[in-house]
Amino acid sequence: MVRRHDQVLANALLRRTGLWQAAVARARKLAFGRAATVEEALTAVEDYRLLARDLAAARRLIPDSRTCEYLEAAYAQAHAVVHRGASHPGYALLSLFREQIPSVVWQLRTHIAWVTALMAVAVGSGFWMVHTYPDLIGLFASPDLIATVERGELWTEGLLNIVPSSVLSAQIFTNNIVVSLFAFCAGFLFGLGTFYIVALNGLMLGAVLAFTGQHQLAGRLLAFMVPHGCVELSVMCLSGAAGAAVGEALIRPGAATRAESFRIAAAASGKLLFACVLLLVGCGLIEGYVSPDPEFPLWSRLAIGGGYWLFMVALLTGWLFGRSRSHHGPL
Amino acid sequence: MDLRLRVAGPGSRALAFLLDWLIRSLAALAWYTAAATIYHRRLQLAAPANVDEQWFLAVLAPAIAIFLLYHCVLEVAMHGRTPGKRLAGIRIVTREGGTPSPGVLLARNVFRIIDSFPLLYSVGLATAMLNRRHARVGDLAAGTLLVQDRMPPPPLPSPVGELEDGMARELAAELNERWAELLPQARQPLARALLGRGAAGFSSDPASQDDSSLRRALARVGQGAAS
Repeated sequence: MVRRHDQVLANALLRRTGLWQAAVARARKLAFGRAATVEEALTAVEDYRLLARDLAAARRLIPDSRTCEYLEAAYAQAHAVVHRGASHPGYALLSLFREQIPSVVWQLRTHIAWVTALMAVAVGSGFWMVHTYPDLIGLFASPDLIATVERGELWTEGLLNIVPSSVLSAQIFTNNIVVSLFAFCAGFLFGLGTFYIVALNGLMLGAVLAFTGQHQLAGRLLAFMVPHGCVELSVMCLSGAAGAAVGEALIRPGAATRAESFRIAAAASGKLLFACVLLLVGCGLIEGYVSPDPEFPLWSRLAIGGGYWLFMVALLTGWLFGRSRSHHGPL
Repeated sequence: MDLRLRVAGPGSRALAFLLDWLIRSLAALAWYTAAATIYHRRLQLAAPANVDEQWFLAVLAPAIAIFLLYHCVLEVAMHGRTPGKRLAGIRIVTREGGTPSPGVLLARNVFRIIDSFPLLYSVGLATAMLNRRHARVGDLAAGTLLVQDRMPPPPLPSPVGELEDGMARELAAELNERWAELLPQARQPLARALLGRGAAGFSSDPASQDDSSLRRALARVGQGAAS
């Protein structure tokens, strides 16, 4: 039997149901509203204290009860409302690009170097394989692409006669963004997924370069690739580096648990993906409007490719948003 | 004061996902149908033989965007909820019980690529079933949880009716023990009052019950206290 004085306390507690319901209604209103007055905010804090106090009493006096369950839910709701951060989207974006992304890039510099080396080795391997054994191109390219190149043409030529630039751009950047996000997420497979995607893309690029070289089309292919390819390949390496960091966090969690290490790595390196997505949209637009257009001479292609790559470096170092070089602190 | 979150199980998750899938599919289809009808100036859904910019930008791209960006946009706009989650009575919170930031919600959605692998969200469902917080890979990456958003019913207002389940069970058990010692005119009103004011496990009208039925009901309700 519940002790007498506890029962009295429990009954006194239960008479406060009306207060809880009013607090829940106010919290609900604040949870869905955009702005609150100072009075409403102060009332929410008072409600939060009231619910915390009564929940503590209910947990002791009447645990596993309907009242306790109600108070747990009411307290959780009030907690979410009171602890919701202020929304400053402009400042958050500025902070992301000026502080957080450059810090992530700095922290991932070793990963970026390794993934870039992996990409370079894969390109070299693909090139060597097809250069030495031309029949192996069948492993990397579609029969249509092979047939086109064997006719002495590039599949990129005349592209604008078939598909409008805007459609082409959207298709390209959507595809590239999916590949980039996949390279990052595939780090979840202990980095093996990321390794596979980066290596496969490198092998395919090297193989196609070798194959077009055998048909004296490599120069034209490089001219097509230069405006968008510098940034596109760099972004692939950046996404791969972010994925490799996630994989490393799972393989070598350090002092934290594996799950916690994964969460920290995904949250930190995931910020880089935001910049990658924006850069890939730019690449898609260049690839849709500039790269297939024969009106653009080689010098302008080089200028666009080099300029866009410098823009990427400025963005990733925070220089574009006025960050000084000395700020490489922790995230 | 520690926060005990009511974590949603795989069932609530699956229900919310199905509802959201239905809503976004219908929304995308509605856009496609309306835009295609305006484009063709008659009810025709097929794409033109040569896809032009107008078709792509006004008909196809928005419909695809509605379907693919539904979760990202609505979860940020609705503070961790979507229409499907609201209908299923769940919402996304951080592990501390707070409202997740847009960055956290976007990170959670990026990992849908892994969760949906190889098909029908197999990885996500398996992960949610295998860990005690019922978190899919996206939740693990973003540090989020899906919790019950629906408030349980408030306690009953009258003094006797406010008796909690545990307390009511104990009273029922004690009345049941003393049943034979009490006169019927004393024990029956007590039992009816107890059973009629929200004692758990008793749903039929106690006013219509005879003496033995009341005792059986008390014994059934009191079993919880004994255990």
